[in-house]
Amino acid sequence: MLIRIPAPSAVRSSEITPESTYRNRRRFLADMGLGAVGLLAAGCSEAKDAPAPAIAGAAITVGKRSERAGGETVTPIETVSTYNNYYEFGTGKDDPARNAGTLKTRPWTVAISGECEAPGTIDLDALLKPHAIEERIYRHRCVEAWSIVVPWDGVPLADVLKRFKPTSKAKFVAFETLYDKAQMPEARWAGIELPYVEGLRIDEAMHPLAFLSVGMYGKTLPNQNGAPLRLTIPWKYGYKSIKSIVRIRFVEQMPPTTWNKLQPSEYGFYSNVNPDVQHPRWSQRSERRLGELFKRPTLMFNGYPEVAPLYAGMDLRQFS
Amino acid sequence: MRAAIVRPLTAWRAVAWLLGLLPAVLLARDIVSGDLGPNPVETLEHDTGLWALRLLLLGLAMTPLRRLTRRAEPIQVRRLIGLWGWFWVSVHLVIYLTFDLQWSPSELMDDLVKRTYITLGFAGWLLLLPLALTSTRGWQRRLKRRWVQLHKLVYPAVLLGGIHFFWLVKSDIREPLLYLAIWLGLMLARIQRPARPAL
Repeated sequence: MLIRIPAPSAVRSSEITPESTYRNRRRFLADMGLGAVGLLAAGCSEAKDAPAPAIAGAAITVGKRSERAGGETVTPIETVSTYNNYYEFGTGKDDPARNAGTLKTRPWTVAISGECEAPGTIDLDALLKPHAIEERIYRHRCVEAWSIVVPWDGVPLADVLKRFKPTSKAKFVAFETLYDKAQMPEARWAGIELPYVEGLRIDEAMHPLAFLSVGMYGKTLPNQNGAPLRLTIPWKYGYKSIKSIVRIRFVEQMPPTTWNKLQPSEYGFYSNVNPDVQHPRWSQRSERRLGELFKRPTLMFNGYPEVAPLYAGMDLRQFS
Repeated sequence: MRAAIVRPLTAWRAVAWLLGLLPAVLLARDIVSGDLGPNPVETLEHDTGLWALRLLLLGLAMTPLRRLTRRAEPIQVRRLIGLWGWFWVSVHLVIYLTFDLQWSPSELMDDLVKRTYITLGFAGWLLLLPLALTSTRGWQRRLKRRWVQLHKLVYPAVLLGGIHFFWLVKSDIREPLLYLAIWLGLMLARIQRPARPAL
């Protein structure tokens, strides 16, 4: 069960922008008191429809459903699928939705190796077959101080990892994103070392909240959201939730992670959402929920205090 | 029959006004058609910041343009373009103060101290402030030659704006580098070439 800290900074439900307000974005005009300007400009504006992003995935049969975002409003899929950080498809927020159509998600294999008794390369469908797909509604907090609430479809990460029988030497799990220049022509401008790599400590990976997503909103993942297989680690900054996974390794040493390699002072290995750890680019004390104009306070562990025992005795300022 | 002739300066002025107002027209269009995207505040911040930088660079281009065209009009509209640049920097700042900080002085101090790109951007705006305040003809007369000297502050101010943009970008630095390169080019264009040695 989700225990919420009744902090004085807690967000009242009355502060949450209703979905209807968000959908009717023209209201933004009135909210900003720019009605007159808008009226003036309306004459020279055509109703310009952006090309519809590819969000129509195949329907997924979902069993168990758990709401793990404190009853907060789910962000519209149109937002979640058009505002992405997936640098292999461009560094602009709207680039992945435009460019990720070149990603081929079937056939898809995942190579599992390292400190485990049952390594191997397995087809995605075979990987998923023994598991029932469940839905988890989680908050997702980006290090850039924006956040969303998403219904993910997938399986607990631990259930999948256990099948490969990690040994006692498996202290960490390393993940790798597909890197194919032919499918990702924009990747050359990414400015980060590719393939994208991420990692978790084994006990973090085995935590019941750690999730392996194959879909969202009851459909297979749009390519720009990390199809066909991605991590969803709700208590960490979004870049830990690696997309389009092709390799999983059980390792003894802490594995390198992409953003940490680029700028160790800004992106630590743990990268737990923590309003008290300062960041040189973005204040982590608050965040903007997409669809809202003003910022709201950021919650410790993104509002998942049940993960705190994983870090007992650790100075989270040091191990950021 | 002869067509009415528009004075060249009037035409230059009209173009400067149109360019200064262009961001407002484009933003109003995006607001009305709901094209600001999933994070409208961020879009408004980025768009106003970029337009400010473009207009300020355009203002800096007027001096070399006078030399190229051998006309007086570029200098006569330079102040107008610079003021529009300052206007959009200020809109950019007000959006940030309103929606990111909700006008909290402590939050602003925190950002100014801990986030270098904000320190640099804010310093750029502060450098432009006295220029905007002394932009009137009265101040021009009062300060005489010192007015020109004072207004050279626009060089470091625009540079700070460019670095502010560069610092914000996480990895793909092509666009901010382009703006910084234009600034550098406009600075180099100001260097007086030494007189040609007589043959």
